[in-house]
Amino acid sequence: MSAHVAHHFDDATQQAHSATLGMWLFLATEVLFFGGMFLGYAQYRYLYPHAFAEGSHHLDVVLGTINTGILLASSLSVAMAIHGAQLGHRKTLIRLLVVTIVLGIAFLGIKAYEYWHKYQEHLVPGRRFDPHVPAGEAAPPPEMELFFSFYFTMTAVHALHMVIGIGVMIALVVMASRHRFSAEYYTPVEMSGLYWHFVDIVWVFLFPLLYLVG
Amino acid sequence: MSIDVRPTRNYLNANYSVWSWLASTDHKRVAILYMISLTLFFFVGGAAAVLFRLELMTPPGDLVISETYNKLFTLHGVVMVFFFLVPSVPATLGNFLLPLMIGAKDLAFPKINLASWYLFMAGGLFTIAAIVVGGVDTGWTFYTPYSSTYSNTNVIATAVGIFIVGFSSVFTGLNFIVTTHTMRAPGMTWFRLPLFVWALYATSLIMVLGTPVLAISLLLVAVERLFEVGIFDPAIGGDPLLFQHLFWFYSHPAVYIMILPGMGVVSEVITCFSRKRIFGYTFIAFSSLAIAVLGFLVWGHHMFVSGQSIYAGMIFSFLSMFVAVPSAIKVFNWTATLYKGSITLTTPMLYALGFIGLFTMGGLTGLFLATLAVDVHVHDTYFIVAHFHYIMVGGMVMAYLGGIHFWWPKMTGRLYPEWWGRISAVLIFFGFNLTFFPQFVLGYLGMPRRYHAYAEEFQVLNVMSSAGASILGVGYLLPLAYLIWSLKYGKRSGPNPWRAKGLEWETPSPPTTHNFVDTPVVTGPAYDYLPKDEGELEERHVPVESAS
Amino acid sequence: MSEKIVPPKTYYLVFGALLVLLMLTVAAAEIPNAALATTAAVTIAVTKALLIILFFMHVRYSSGVTMVFAAGGFLWLAIMFAFTTSDYLTRGERPFEHEQPPVTATTDTQGEMQP
Repeated sequence: MSAHVAHHFDDATQQAHSATLGMWLFLATEVLFFGGMFLGYAQYRYLYPHAFAEGSHHLDVVLGTINTGILLASSLSVAMAIHGAQLGHRKTLIRLLVVTIVLGIAFLGIKAYEYWHKYQEHLVPGRRFDPHVPAGEAAPPPEMELFFSFYFTMTAVHALHMVIGIGVMIALVVMASRHRFSAEYYTPVEMSGLYWHFVDIVWVFLFPLLYLVG
Repeated sequence: MSIDVRPTRNYLNANYSVWSWLASTDHKRVAILYMISLTLFFFVGGAAAVLFRLELMTPPGDLVISETYNKLFTLHGVVMVFFFLVPSVPATLGNFLLPLMIGAKDLAFPKINLASWYLFMAGGLFTIAAIVVGGVDTGWTFYTPYSSTYSNTNVIATAVGIFIVGFSSVFTGLNFIVTTHTMRAPGMTWFRLPLFVWALYATSLIMVLGTPVLAISLLLVAVERLFEVGIFDPAIGGDPLLFQHLFWFYSHPAVYIMILPGMGVVSEVITCFSRKRIFGYTFIAFSSLAIAVLGFLVWGHHMFVSGQSIYAGMIFSFLSMFVAVPSAIKVFNWTATLYKGSITLTTPMLYALGFIGLFTMGGLTGLFLATLAVDVHVHDTYFIVAHFHYIMVGGMVMAYLGGIHFWWPKMTGRLYPEWWGRISAVLIFFGFNLTFFPQFVLGYLGMPRRYHAYAEEFQVLNVMSSAGASILGVGYLLPLAYLIWSLKYGKRSGPNPWRAKGLEWETPSPPTTHNFVDTPVVTGPAYDYLPKDEGELEERHVPVESAS
Repeated sequence: MSEKIVPPKTYYLVFGALLVLLMLTVAAAEIPNAALATTAAVTIAVTKALLIILFFMHVRYSSGVTMVFAAGGFLWLAIMFAFTTSDYLTRGERPFEHEQPPVTATTDTQGEMQP
């Protein structure tokens, strides 16, 4: 029995299987956590399709597309990092984890820029909400504010998950540089990878639903 | 069986320092930590109940003003639901017994298990703090737009506390599910598992799949209050009913979190004290899963009078009827187990029998409420208060106490005084009925819930209810007193005072830190009781009589 | 570890497919029919999610229990969507309308809720 098997497990296989099942159950809770917001979004969009389309036109599709590409690339780098860990290539693992962190920060940077832009356009819901109406055009429907409520809540909760993910990746880099992982034991890398991919999947749904409405 | 097999070292005396408890990842110690904290929360919630039952002795609002009354029932609901009932059996008995019952050394994730207790305490203290510095008056349901826009009380802090405690619940459920999948001893196949484990598994499914939706609904309320980001705000087109959908998607299944583990306890107790193999093992096992799944399909029956579409109401009403099927299957199977069994009316058995009666009452009145048209009449009256107290207090608290008594010798190595135990079980049963049966009548006559004052004609029944509550209170204080007493003065129990079957009874009492010296190998089905074995019948009276 | 090691070529292929789908979803936003555009967007998103789950997250190579757990969260989400939508889709409609005198307010509410 190797040193990294905890006392209450019989062997490494049982331990790894438990970790995988546990992580997937945790991700199931995340599906339902985000799902609650998607549910609200779906019902309101059904009730107010024009207001939601109007709100969506205020978002920058180019930045959204770039950000989606960045996240998909980060998922590839995480998958390759795990591949490196499986082969016991410590340097590859660390390098790819760092790439992932950089991509994650780039995503958050672009997101922050978008938030700042929306703030300047008075599109943050609440008392300051006051969308600019070009001369000669009709005022947008009041329910547009709901669209931005969902835009900000959903992307902020997603961004919070990104921040946690980046923190986890940094911890993995530290652990990897201290020779904590080997071809026999890399469960933390794998579990964190699952989390990262999941956060990516959330964005895969957020992007078309928020940026590409009608 | 007079040989004293008291182990020199067990999980209790392995280490006496406070830190060895607060940093223990041993599932048995975590269970004890939970039990102590749950008891505290139970009496906090109970204190609120004492105050409003006092207020309701007389028709006018003379003891407390309406705002205080609102805060009191909210405190009672929040504390009892989230800090007592949801974790009650799973976090204490479940934590203690699951690894023992399946022949494992610990849960799959012992550190997460300890972390979940800390999250529980953090959430609990946060909520208590919120209540101490001003209280919350939304009711435990936090309905919007009152909670999101109008209430001037500490909604956010309470929501944060419940949000945190939700993580604790998720981690417990996740731990149990994974443990049941990966940690079973050789030969412990799924259909040899004790039914308590099946019940815990079903409960854990609800905890994992439901709790995150409660978390998001409370988060959205908090965000709306904090940043004025209107999500449920009708002024910009938001729909307050969306909150109810999200809230009840968790909170209806949560009702089954608050009853399924109790059903598991009752299955264990009934079969042991009937000296009979449980009747219809597979049916009871699958009915637990059926309740867990069906529980997710019926939440709209809380919203019949809310403005939900009538079509949705009809679907939810129809599906709600189906929950009665697996529930009835359980009751019939327990009854069939009792039939021609060799029954001893020990304390746990009295609690279990009480459970069956009260749960049946609660379940059948649930059918009234699930019927669309009847619900319109009794919605938001004392009828519904009585209904869910029959399930949660008459059901779950009875089962919790029965389970505590049943496994008390295992947990502490001591026997409680049997005579006092029976007194408490009987007191609680009668006190409970006197408290809540009049509320069915009150509700049917039209007394609305959640008011501090009421019409004159309701006084007699309200006084009966308050009188019952005082008996109930005594009934709850009794076990607290004699169980603590038994820790020092109770007779030593030996490993298996009830001659019960199951792996947990094959360990010493209290068990050693790592539960089993050698991993046990299971060769037969659960509940291998032999009713005709006279020798065994003789022996099983020993602890009962020696204790009284 | 008994985990199957996936060749990097698979990862690159999946990544390529994801980028193609990303372009596709941006293009699909130009579909004039709103219902069709939404269906296309959701279908593409589901495909992308499936690719990530099956290959990047190794579910294709995992035990049956893992697959069930991975699907479980989404299944429960579907339950939540189905029943809540059953409310919103039929709200304001009255099942036994012919037995009641026509109420003008009812039709007004309906028009307001479903523009």
